Amino acid sequence: MAVNYIYPDYEVARNYDKCINCRVCEKQCANGVHEYLADADKMVADDAKCVNCHRCVALCLTRALKIIKSDNTYRENANWSGKTINELYRQASTGGVLLSSMGNPEPYPVYFDKILINASQVTNPSIDPLREPMETRVILGAKPQVIERDKSGHIINNLPPQLKLSMPIMFSAMSYGSISYNAHESLARAAEELDVLYNTGEGGLHEDFYRYGKNTIVQVASGRFGVHPGYLKAGAAIEIKMGQGAKPGIGGHLPGSKIVGDISRTRMIPEGSDAISPAPHHDIYSIEDLRQLVYSLKTATDFKKPVSVKIAAVHNVAAIASGIARSGADIVVLDGFRGGTGAAPTRMRDHVGIPIELALASVDKRLRDEGIRDRVSVVAAGSIRSSADIVKAIALGADAVYIGTGALLALGCHLCRNCHTGKCNWGIATQVPELTKRLNPDIGYKRLVNLLNAWKHEIKEMMGGMGINSIETLKGNRLMLRGVGLNAKELEVLGIKHAGE
Amino acid sequence: MKRVYVNEKWCLGCRLCEYYCAFAGTSGKDIARSLKGVKINPRIKIEEKDGISFAVSCRHCKEPLCVKGCITGALSVADGVIVVNQDKCVSCYTCVLCCPFGAISTSESGAVQKCELCIKSAADKPACVAGCPNNAIVFEERR
Amino acid sequence: MLKEGETRIPSGCAISGVIDKSGKRMNGEAMIRSIAVMHERSNGLGGGFAAYGIYPEYKDYYALHLFYDSPSSKKECEDFLERHFDIINLSKIPTRKIPEITDEPLIWRYFVTPLPTKLAASGLDEREFVAKCVFRVNTRISGAYVFSSGKNMGVFKAVGYPEDVGRFYKLEEYEGYAFTVHGRYPTNTPGWWGGAHPFALLDYSVVHNGEISSYDANRRAIEQYGYSCTLQTDTEVIAYIVDYLNRKKGLSMEEIAHVVAAPFWETIGHMDKKKQEYHETLRTIFAPQLITGPFSIIVGFEGGLMALNDRLKLRSMVIAEKGDKVYIASEEAAIRIIEPDLDCVYAPAGGCPVVVRLNGGEQ
Repeated sequence: MAVNYIYPDYEVARNYDKCINCRVCEKQCANGVHEYLADADKMVADDAKCVNCHRCVALCLTRALKIIKSDNTYRENANWSGKTINELYRQASTGGVLLSSMGNPEPYPVYFDKILINASQVTNPSIDPLREPMETRVILGAKPQVIERDKSGHIINNLPPQLKLSMPIMFSAMSYGSISYNAHESLARAAEELDVLYNTGEGGLHEDFYRYGKNTIVQVASGRFGVHPGYLKAGAAIEIKMGQGAKPGIGGHLPGSKIVGDISRTRMIPEGSDAISPAPHHDIYSIEDLRQLVYSLKTATDFKKPVSVKIAAVHNVAAIASGIARSGADIVVLDGFRGGTGAAPTRMRDHVGIPIELALASVDKRLRDEGIRDRVSVVAAGSIRSSADIVKAIALGADAVYIGTGALLALGCHLCRNCHTGKCNWGIATQVPELTKRLNPDIGYKRLVNLLNAWKHEIKEMMGGMGINSIETLKGNRLMLRGVGLNAKELEVLGIKHAGE
Repeated sequence: MKRVYVNEKWCLGCRLCEYYCAFAGTSGKDIARSLKGVKINPRIKIEEKDGISFAVSCRHCKEPLCVKGCITGALSVADGVIVVNQDKCVSCYTCVLCCPFGAISTSESGAVQKCELCIKSAADKPACVAGCPNNAIVFEERR
Repeated sequence: MLKEGETRIPSGCAISGVIDKSGKRMNGEAMIRSIAVMHERSNGLGGGFAAYGIYPEYKDYYALHLFYDSPSSKKECEDFLERHFDIINLSKIPTRKIPEITDEPLIWRYFVTPLPTKLAASGLDEREFVAKCVFRVNTRISGAYVFSSGKNMGVFKAVGYPEDVGRFYKLEEYEGYAFTVHGRYPTNTPGWWGGAHPFALLDYSVVHNGEISSYDANRRAIEQYGYSCTLQTDTEVIAYIVDYLNRKKGLSMEEIAHVVAAPFWETIGHMDKKKQEYHETLRTIFAPQLITGPFSIIVGFEGGLMALNDRLKLRSMVIAEKGDKVYIASEEAAIRIIEPDLDCVYAPAGGCPVVVRLNGGEQ
């Protein structure tokens, strides 16, 4: 119907002087954009099917392809943008909820980009990480400051279980099912080589990956998929997922079409059945219920594994985090509203939750005001994009960060934000065998290792510039930060001064 | 010695190797200009059936049947690499029939052609390997 | 211009200290001469001394030294002290009028002991009670500032060059078993007397040369435990860390050094298993008390001194011995001027504490 017609957002621009009709683009596009017309001996493209994932662009050996933003436009309207109009048309024709993937792309302020880092000049020397030791090791877990000594007066190690990381970066929860086996293998192998941790997400742990246990955080979410005693004991830590930054307040839905073979077995649900994670944990309607689950999991693992609780950054996050810290959790994970997802209702993703920078600052402050900051480690997630973001997050008060989108980008993701279609051309967010094989973990894991090593170098350089040679003394060191272009209230929440002050 | 090996598990059947091979066989500097309007005749070919694909090119056998069968000495082994002297080839195609892998083919000149590991180029690895997007073709030492 | 405590001011400095392990008392004259040698390291914007063993006749009482801006703040503070303490002696601290020291506040000294009823009602131990009262005065009573609160020890500080500060306070008239002294080179200062060093809480005093890069991490961590960093200086936060770790957590001075100037993880990795576990435990529990950036400090405590450098040794500091006396200073010349004929001189490695205690233990 004509009223349903929506002009494509992007157009495939082919330079016919360069196109040699090799048909690589045609074979590589799972969306069927490209087609070879034998009679005309010519490649053509259907822009309407293009999701702008850049698979064809990247593989075109003559650089004959590019994707350009369509200049087709409605009559300009500062209130009714073309995007808003199109979304409305789409809903008018389907009656459905709009779905989106990956993180919130809307132009809300990115506070990390309005924070600047300090460096030493004159009164205190900067430190060259190439010449002097520069420590990035981070130890996560509760740190009760109780000194116990043996009979001869020696201090004994009475700490609850801790997680040792070579750098303050972990790969965040992405379930097997939402991403492919090869993506998981890449993450697990990279975590092992880097001596950091990756997170299984809520889809259980494939039997092949038990061997990476000491670098694995196993997740328990409201659907409890793939959770059994062996699973809980397999990892270095257990994470209870209460919420996700991309879709606070709602659960998850992995369509039955993706519950095939190993995924069905790993999740312990029948093939073809939808995997629906309820919005809340139905055994947790209050904070005291959370405490019970924390201790159930600790008991099931003989109190040998730290338990982390992940929440979406919402308005009252400081009080909630404080409650979590008092509920026996060793780690609290804050997931900001820009965090990624394999699928979320667009309105939830784009309009619910708060930025991680503000959530982190207010949680760190609240825990300190209450004198319980040592009881719990704080991990920041939800769009950590670079080593500079990490340095800023740690100076605001995080112990470590999770990266999800960043890790996927290293694996080849081009942020086309169509994970929910299950046709990821880069072999990441798909279970179609012909597509998943496009991600060779030998390449993928190495790229993750490269990325984190590069970031580690940069973190060391920035620390050295500040005259800091151990990441512990960067944690919560907000004097090392200054805001630019922020108002007094924003500065107050972030607990930092304005540049020039 | 280093040889080209295929990992069919990672082969996407995209045929980029064929095009890079074909381009390596030209003296051109620009792929588009060299291959525009050309029906390529590469020395590596993708075999594909039932969802399985892999690239086939000369294995550089230790005891090469093609070299044994060659009636003019056009095929020889140089440092482990089986090379063709197209000037000597009389197009009898005995080698084409001998090769158990189907790795030798004919060229426009009538003489046979085959993978010579891009030894004539300055690259550190064959063009097909360098161009493979998924490490499905590798150039390495194996025992 | 913002007052000290309202803004953070980086400083360079000179420090010196001496202790007689036999407990034999000496007067403050030598320290004045020692710090005068390092005149170049100060810029006249702050100097001060800590002296241990100087009030033997009142050794069971807390000696509170106070600065007052005005008689009204003095009145308010004394009312507070009277409600919480038994004041057995009070007097102006004797000073000598010299042209180099100007704008002095009212400077008073009180020997006190907590009122038993107040102490019992607070449920605190005696030292915690005193520390809490000190914080109360410093944060709540405008114009009053307690700058010394230990037993049988005292801090004397002012805006000026340290040798002038020594003469101003007539330090040659005090006899103690240990002294430390500090000359300050702040990049800018509104010249507040309370901002001069040493910084002291109870018996702990710290003189410090450096600018620590971990300041705000340390401050925000220690403020969780009831300390309020009103001065925004490194010395203040270091003093609180020492107090917290020693008095509240029961760590020895050596253990404190292993927390604040912890060995690198790599170094720990090469230690034997037992030492490894000890250091790993300390670093893990007390990670927020690690101090990075350049510092050389002399910590004074009841019965001893500890000298400590940051783990990279980014500030100079030498130790010398002569008989029972141990000298610590930023420069060797500052020791040679008072004792040319030394038994030994050495520079301790970064992160290696030198703890000197009285032979008979605490006096």
